[in-house]
Amino acid sequence: MAEITFKGVRKHFGDVPVVRGLDLVIRDGEFFTFVGPSGCGKSTILNLIAGLEEATEGGIYFDGEPIAPLSPKDRDVAMVFQSYALYPHMTVYENIAFPLRMKKMKRDAVDEEVRRAADMLGLVSLLDRKPGELSGGQRQRVALGRAIVRKPRVFLMDEPLSNLDARLRVEMRAELKKLHLRLGITTVYVTHDQAEALGLSDRLAVLHRGVIRQCAAPSEVYAEPADTFVAGFIGSPPINLLPGTIREGGEPAVLCNGMTLCPPVKLPPPGGRVTVGIRPEDITVSSPMGEGGAEITVTLLEEAGHFTWVDFRWNGADMKGTAARDANLKADGKGRMSFSPESVHLFDADSGRRI
Amino acid sequence: MTRRVPFYLLLALALAYSAGPFLWQAITSLKPEAELASLPPLLPLRPTVSHYVTVFTRYPFFRIISNSAVVAASTTALSLAVGSLCAFGLSKLRVFRKRLILALVLSVSMFPPIATVSPLFIVIRALGLRDTLFALIVIYTTFSLPLSIWALTNFFDSVPDEIFRAARIDGCGPFQSFYRIMLPLSAPALFSTAILVFIFSWNEFLFALTFTSTAASRTIPVAIALFPGLHEIPWGDIAAASVTVTAPLVMLVIAFQRRIVEGLTSGAVKG
Repeated sequence: MAEITFKGVRKHFGDVPVVRGLDLVIRDGEFFTFVGPSGCGKSTILNLIAGLEEATEGGIYFDGEPIAPLSPKDRDVAMVFQSYALYPHMTVYENIAFPLRMKKMKRDAVDEEVRRAADMLGLVSLLDRKPGELSGGQRQRVALGRAIVRKPRVFLMDEPLSNLDARLRVEMRAELKKLHLRLGITTVYVTHDQAEALGLSDRLAVLHRGVIRQCAAPSEVYAEPADTFVAGFIGSPPINLLPGTIREGGEPAVLCNGMTLCPPVKLPPPGGRVTVGIRPEDITVSSPMGEGGAEITVTLLEEAGHFTWVDFRWNGADMKGTAARDANLKADGKGRMSFSPESVHLFDADSGRRI
Repeated sequence: MTRRVPFYLLLALALAYSAGPFLWQAITSLKPEAELASLPPLLPLRPTVSHYVTVFTRYPFFRIISNSAVVAASTTALSLAVGSLCAFGLSKLRVFRKRLILALVLSVSMFPPIATVSPLFIVIRALGLRDTLFALIVIYTTFSLPLSIWALTNFFDSVPDEIFRAARIDGCGPFQSFYRIMLPLSAPALFSTAILVFIFSWNEFLFALTFTSTAASRTIPVAIALFPGLHEIPWGDIAAASVTVTAPLVMLVIAFQRRIVEGLTSGAVKG
C-alpha cells in the first residue's frame, strides 16, 4: 500500500501537452478516480504511474520515494485494462498465476494464492478454461484476479467496466467497491463515466485537457462544482446553464431570462455577467393550474420510473427538469416550473469559475 | 448451381496452371526411356520406377538431399530467430524511425540476386567459405530476413499493445514478454513464415550454383541441373529427382494448410 504524490508532473507527446502540471496527493488506501472526457489525459496519468510512459517534467512518489528510476515490473503496481488484456494462450489459472510466477514464488504458494483469488471472484469452476471461452464479465473477473493475487502497493484501473453491458457494469461496480473495502489497497481508477466516478470514489478529480478542474469528494463535486465544465460534466442529465446579469439598483439579485433570483451567496458588483446553473433534478415542473413559478411549454416527456424527465422551453431557453408521475403534463402543453434559490449554482460568465 | 460453373472453370484453370508442370514431371518420371520424347501416349504405356532407382544409385542423392535439408533448416531457424526479435522491437518497443527501418529492410530484397552475385562471390572466396554449406546459410538468411521481419512485424502489430503492457506490469522485462507472451501467441505466423523461408532456401538456384563446386555442398536444384548425361540429357532422371524432392514439401504444406492460412491472414485474428 502506498501514498502517491505528484509534483509538477507534465507529459507531452511531441509538441502536444497531454498532462499539464499535476500536483496531487492520493492518500494511502484511498479509492481515487480521474474522470473526464476522452483525450483529457486520464489514461496517460495511469501509464505514468505504471511506468509505461515517462513524465516529461516533474516526479511521482510512492510514500515519498521517487519511482522514476524503477521499471514497470519493480513498481509493484497491478493494472486492469479496458480490453482485459488477458493472455489468450494461457488458462484462467495460468493467467492469474502469471505475475506470481514472474516473482519466482514457490509452486505451492502460487497455487494457494490463485485459489484464494479465484474463490473471492467466483472463478473456481473456470480455472481450466481459456479466456476465449469466457464471457465479458468473466474475463473482467480474471483480469481483476490477476491484479489482486499480487497484493500490489497500488491498483490501477483503466476504464475496466466500459466493455461490459449496462447491467453487468452496475453489478461489477458494486463488486469493485466491496473488493476495495476488503483489501484496502490504494486504487487509482480512470473513467469517462461520471456515474461510476461518483459511485465508487472516496475522492475524484475532474480532468479537462490535462488540467484538474476540481478534486474533491463526490458529494462536494456534485453539490459545489468548481466551474461550468465540472458542473456540465458531473451529473446526468447535464445541468441547465443560462446567462444572467447582476441587477443594478435595489437589493443584490440576479436577472436571468426574465426572472429575478436571490441565491444565498455573495454576488459580484451590479452589472456583472454570470452563468446560472440549475440541475434538472432540482427543477420541478407541475401542471399549468398550479400556483407560483414560471410558465413554460413542455416539449418532451421521458418516463424514468418513479418520476418523469421533462424537456421544456422557458422564454426561448431549452431546459430539462423533472415532474411527478401524476403531474398531468402533455407534450406541447403548458406547465409551470419552479426551483429553490439554494439549488442555483452561479458562475462567473468570463472565467466560468464558481461564485 | 449453374451460376457456380464459371467459378469452377476458373478454379480448374488455376489448378491446371499451377499443378500442370508438376504432374507433367510426375508422368515423365514414370515413362521408360524409349517413350520419353514421344507424344502420344500422354500416359506411360509401361510405367517404370527405373528412373527413381537410378537417381539414388547413380548419383550421391542422399548426400544432396541432406545438404539441402541442413541449409534450409538452418536458414529457417536463423531467419526466424533474428527476424522475430527484430519484428518484436519494431512492433512493440520504442524504436526511433520504425518506418524508415522497415523500408530499408524491404529495399534489401529489391536487389536482383544476379546483381549481388559477383561481389558476394568475392567476399565468400576471401573468407574461405567457398563450397561450404555455411556460406549458403548466411546468404539465404540475409535474403529471407526482409520476408521474416515484415511478416512477423505485421503479426505482432495485430497483438494488442495492452497485452504487452500487462506483461510488463506483471513483471516481465522486454525479453521475457517476448518469449513468454509474444512467441506463444505468434505460433501461426511463425509457422507460415517458416514454411515460406524453407521453400525459398530449398529451391534457390543461383547462389547455390555460384558458391558450390562439389557434391560436398551442392544442393538439390543445382545437383539436378548438373546431372551428367552421356549422350543426351537424362530427362527421366531429372523428373524423378524433382518429384522426389518436391513431394515432401507439397505434403508438408497440405498437412499444415490451415495453420498457414491462419498465419497469412493473421491481421484479422485478434489475440
